[in-house]
Amino acid sequence: MKHLLSIADFDRDELETLLALSEDFLHVTEREIPKVPALRGKVVVSLFYEDSTRTRISFETAAKRLSCDVMSFSVGSSSVSKGEGLRDTVQTIAAMGIDAVVVRHSAAGAPARVASWIDASIINAGDGSHEHPTQALLDLLTLRRSRGSDLSGLRVGIVGDIVNSRVARSLVLGLDTLGAATTLIAPPTLLPPTLDGWPADSTHDLDELLPELDVLYLLRIQRERKSADRLPSLREYTTRWGLTVERAKRLKPDTLVMHPGPMNRGVEIAAEVAEGPASLITEQVTNGVAVRMAVLYTLLGSGAQVA
Amino acid sequence: MADASGAAQQHDAMAAPGGGRFAFRANVLSADDLRRALTRIAHEIVERNRGADELVLVGLYTRGVAIAHRLAEAVESFEGVAVPVGAMDVAFYRDDIAIRSVQPLGPTEVPVDINDRIVVVVDDVLFTGRTVRAALEALAELGRPRAVQLAVLVDRGHRELPIRADYVGKNLPTKVTEDVRVRLAEVDEGSPDGIELWGPE
Repeated sequence: MKHLLSIADFDRDELETLLALSEDFLHVTEREIPKVPALRGKVVVSLFYEDSTRTRISFETAAKRLSCDVMSFSVGSSSVSKGEGLRDTVQTIAAMGIDAVVVRHSAAGAPARVASWIDASIINAGDGSHEHPTQALLDLLTLRRSRGSDLSGLRVGIVGDIVNSRVARSLVLGLDTLGAATTLIAPPTLLPPTLDGWPADSTHDLDELLPELDVLYLLRIQRERKSADRLPSLREYTTRWGLTVERAKRLKPDTLVMHPGPMNRGVEIAAEVAEGPASLITEQVTNGVAVRMAVLYTLLGSGAQVA
Repeated sequence: MADASGAAQQHDAMAAPGGGRFAFRANVLSADDLRRALTRIAHEIVERNRGADELVLVGLYTRGVAIAHRLAEAVESFEGVAVPVGAMDVAFYRDDIAIRSVQPLGPTEVPVDINDRIVVVVDDVLFTGRTVRAALEALAELGRPRAVQLAVLVDRGHRELPIRADYVGKNLPTKVTEDVRVRLAEVDEGSPDGIELWGPE
């Protein structure tokens, strides 16, 4: 595998191999010196055309823990502010001799375009409302660590702005590959117009589904993608689709609560629930580094450059 | 011999690195030979280090871990000291990651602080020395042992690095194209202990 563009590129075996490898890297991150020389001399560039805290830091931490050299590119302080286009920027960076580029861009398909222009491995760190494969991988790793390596039959509910969510799309595809069943839960305006390409069913009614779910995954109401414009008001959203303290009580005792961050506390999730015992939100962040180490190791090690 | 032929069938389908197939050549150590070799190595380790109090045995996955546990049992039986046993995976420290698929085999777990102790690295077969080099690098991240020693069941020659074993079960001259196959009951389910030499047909 040379690039990571979509979670759909993995079959079940490949996905499980990558998650098992992520668990090995989780052990590495727990050591006193959480760093291995595996990818010494490899150069990884993070190219983020959209704001990000956790994904960018997580990728850069992962690369450094594998002993890669990391070059960080931010749009604000680069020639992009002088009007340089994506292709020129990428080819300029590539000419410096690099092994991988981690790309985040507001346009769906941008990472795939970049992959067609240069020779390095490309990792999609979120492209528009298309995909965010490493977020799905870390969510799957988090579930695997809580529920064991076989996720088949798991009932997962994803609540929120589905139509604008690259997190939801990648997660649904990954869950489907591993045999879990997903229901998308949202007001009609935030559901995709059709479920073509979404291996999931959908409902508008969260309350009806609460007692059946093994996992409740809350998406962020994305102000930058204008989720709120499709809603009468944030308060109404919270009333019907937010995970309030009262709603959390109606979940099964072992239902896991997840959120990709950053959270709008009091909107899609109550602060008390986010910090409660069922919440895996902090663990998701920890697992993100391990998963990204596994991705980099798989793309840049393992004979990938020779094959 | 029934077991050897069973193993032969099991390995028949395996392709040799240069193409072609591997065939059984010779028994190197029987189960009894292997037991005696490990008992001797356990005595040598204790003799050379004048006791077992400062020792830590660190086995390299997969079979080195099993051998380290057996050595610890042997030491405890005659010396009355429970030597700590660790397990180490060297995948992320290897120098051939970029040229072949290298997957980890298990979590590195060393139960004690190795600073100022005598670490005996344990593996089944010593060949090019590259695994041991990786192990030395991995060990350095866990601390600074007073000394590091190496115990192996079989030294088959063909070193590519200046590394030698302190304790050897059997020195076995081999061709580079041959393969030394170690079977241990606790790793290779249902199969009795034994070491065999295989080579291209």
